[in-house]
Amino acid sequence: MKENAMDNIKISAKNVQVYYADNHAIKDVNVEIEDKTVTAFIGPSGCGKSTFLRCLNRMNDTIDICRVEGDILIEGEDIYDRRVDPVQLRAKVGMVFQKPNPFPKSIYDNVAYGPRIHGLARGKADLDEIVEKSLRSAAIWDEVKDRLDAPGTGLSGGQQQRLCIARAVATAPEVLLMDEPCSALDPIATAQVEELIDELRQNFAVVIVTHSMQQAARVSQKTAFFHLGNLVEYGETNQIFTKPSDPRTESYITGRIG
Amino acid sequence: MSAFWLTITVLILSAFGAYAGRAQSLRVAGGDARKLHSLPKYYSSFVALGVLIPCLFVLVIWLFAQPKLIERGAEQMLNASSEPSLVMSDVRRVADGLGVAVAQGALSETEAHAPIENLRDVLGGVGVALGNEVTPDVLSAAQGMRAQEQRGNQFRMFAVLGLAALTLVFGLSRITPEFRARNAVERVVLALLITAASLAILTTVGIVLSMIFETRNFFGLHSWKDFFFGVKWAPNFRGDSELSILPLLWGTIYISLIALLVSVPIGLFAAIYLSEYAGPKTRGVAKPLLEILAGIPTIVYGLFALLTIGPLLLNTFGSGGLLGVEWMSGATAVLTAGLVMGIMLIPFVSSLSDDIINAVPQAMRDGSLGLGATKSETIRQVVIPAALPGIVGAILLAASRAIGETMIVVLGAGAIAKFSANPLDAMTTITTRIVSQLTGDGDFASPETLVAFALGLTLFVLTLGLNIIALYIVRKYREQYE
Repeated sequence: MKENAMDNIKISAKNVQVYYADNHAIKDVNVEIEDKTVTAFIGPSGCGKSTFLRCLNRMNDTIDICRVEGDILIEGEDIYDRRVDPVQLRAKVGMVFQKPNPFPKSIYDNVAYGPRIHGLARGKADLDEIVEKSLRSAAIWDEVKDRLDAPGTGLSGGQQQRLCIARAVATAPEVLLMDEPCSALDPIATAQVEELIDELRQNFAVVIVTHSMQQAARVSQKTAFFHLGNLVEYGETNQIFTKPSDPRTESYITGRIG
Repeated sequence: MSAFWLTITVLILSAFGAYAGRAQSLRVAGGDARKLHSLPKYYSSFVALGVLIPCLFVLVIWLFAQPKLIERGAEQMLNASSEPSLVMSDVRRVADGLGVAVAQGALSETEAHAPIENLRDVLGGVGVALGNEVTPDVLSAAQGMRAQEQRGNQFRMFAVLGLAALTLVFGLSRITPEFRARNAVERVVLALLITAASLAILTTVGIVLSMIFETRNFFGLHSWKDFFFGVKWAPNFRGDSELSILPLLWGTIYISLIALLVSVPIGLFAAIYLSEYAGPKTRGVAKPLLEILAGIPTIVYGLFALLTIGPLLLNTFGSGGLLGVEWMSGATAVLTAGLVMGIMLIPFVSSLSDDIINAVPQAMRDGSLGLGATKSETIRQVVIPAALPGIVGAILLAASRAIGETMIVVLGAGAIAKFSANPLDAMTTITTRIVSQLTGDGDFASPETLVAFALGLTLFVLTLGLNIIALYIVRKYREQYE
């Protein structure tokens, strides 16, 4: 069982430090994220969970003052190695953001965006197929199949977020990062997206940052609790929520801090 | 009492009202300000504004209305003359001159009302020069006018001061502990703000109306068919001028087009660099620098066209120039003006586009970068399409500035109205012709002068249309992201 878990490691972070100018935002984080598993990052605002998430696909590179130290390995390959092209990396590690951000293009073009820039489709028929598959895996195909030419910005909030998930899935990533994907959605749309996250687990390693502990408990198998830039506790979701070993985790999940 | 002293008096009364309002409010509250609905300062402002605003309003209206009414009366008195406007200006002058003479002591008040023999010398002695001898009926009209003016001024004083006293008493009598002075002052502030806003609109309406009026006079003297559909611009003073807007419109559009061809790519690229690539330090230096360019007076750009760009082009394309061709015969040309106008518009385009590109949400860029797009792919495929409506709006605004631009074309484009596709030819624009038609010493009532208003009105309609479309597009775009 132990052996099995080791084989299953998708992302492995060792001694990761992140600085924003002089501010030490992530302090010596070590974590191993398993494939085909939903891992939730929880913690109070400003604890560094989103910052750490954005290290995993080097989105922090776009911020000038941000500096990352330590090693992050995806399938044994150091993504901060100089030979790694961050642009290629981001195709492999997809990301869904807090606010649905469809491009001002048609639904079809939104999903086809990634495959087009990476040259993943061999022809129109191939691209059609990728778009349909992605929309199906994001559980939105039935709602939009008759209006693929309509602008993506015209959909409802929940539909937009699922479109963004389809868009991320279309580049055939291995890991899907989600930064509070439901914080701008109503409860019904949230339930739909949560159901979708559970399905996505079949094919990807999913890492989700969330403010809602109920959500973490509902969708994740593993949970990591961050506090003031430290990874306080990491383990099975059940265990974190029922028998936390660190008093800070317990305070947070019972609502005393945060 | 002159209008100046009257205003001062009203101000003093209003200041007194402010003081009395405060005192009265405290008195009705028995010295305890907490019993009042509003703070004492609101009662004070209420009384002060209650005096100031109606009095100044009446005064301003009176200042505009009185001369009109009196002149109309004087006109009816004269009534026989063939050139009413000329005679009236004489009457005006004599009446003013009499006032000056009395003020300087050359005439006594009673003398000024009696017939005067050597009026021209008397007025010449106090510095008022008259063109020709004053006929008795002009003099009597002028004296009548002056008498009416004096009477009017007296009425004005009584009316304004009476109103001030009335409003002061009324304001003070309104003060009770329950009176909501704070809300009343709020309404007055609102009214003031509305007045300021509507003044801007009313001025525009006034400008348009005056243009329409003179344009109607022009079309009374000249055929509108020739103006809109003729092919030649050839004003002369024999009375058979051909005044068609089309050659001028062609020059205007041609020059504007070249200006846009220069400014849009450069301005847009500058905006993309500034908003997407430049670091905060570069941006902090470059953006203000670009905006300083926007503050350079256009006459300076005109000099630049005249002294630098024009000769440079002539040395390249003119006879004996670098290319050995003879395509250009003078420094003033469509290309000269177009290039310089383009340079003028670069900061305008870049500054507007920069704002618009910055308004594209960061989430949109993150989404594209997060899918593994490079920066330039993101800009080309996501940021620019998202900002496109706004950028189109910015370009239309730039176009309307190019069409209305005057000084650069006066100095750089030449004065020949013709249809030519050669950008090295001298051509002329609507604005240049407006300047030259109005600054000549021609008769004001001739079609050659009045055509300036028809040209101006056409230009106004043209740029107004462009601005409306542009603002509509920009606003629509803004709504999309708010």
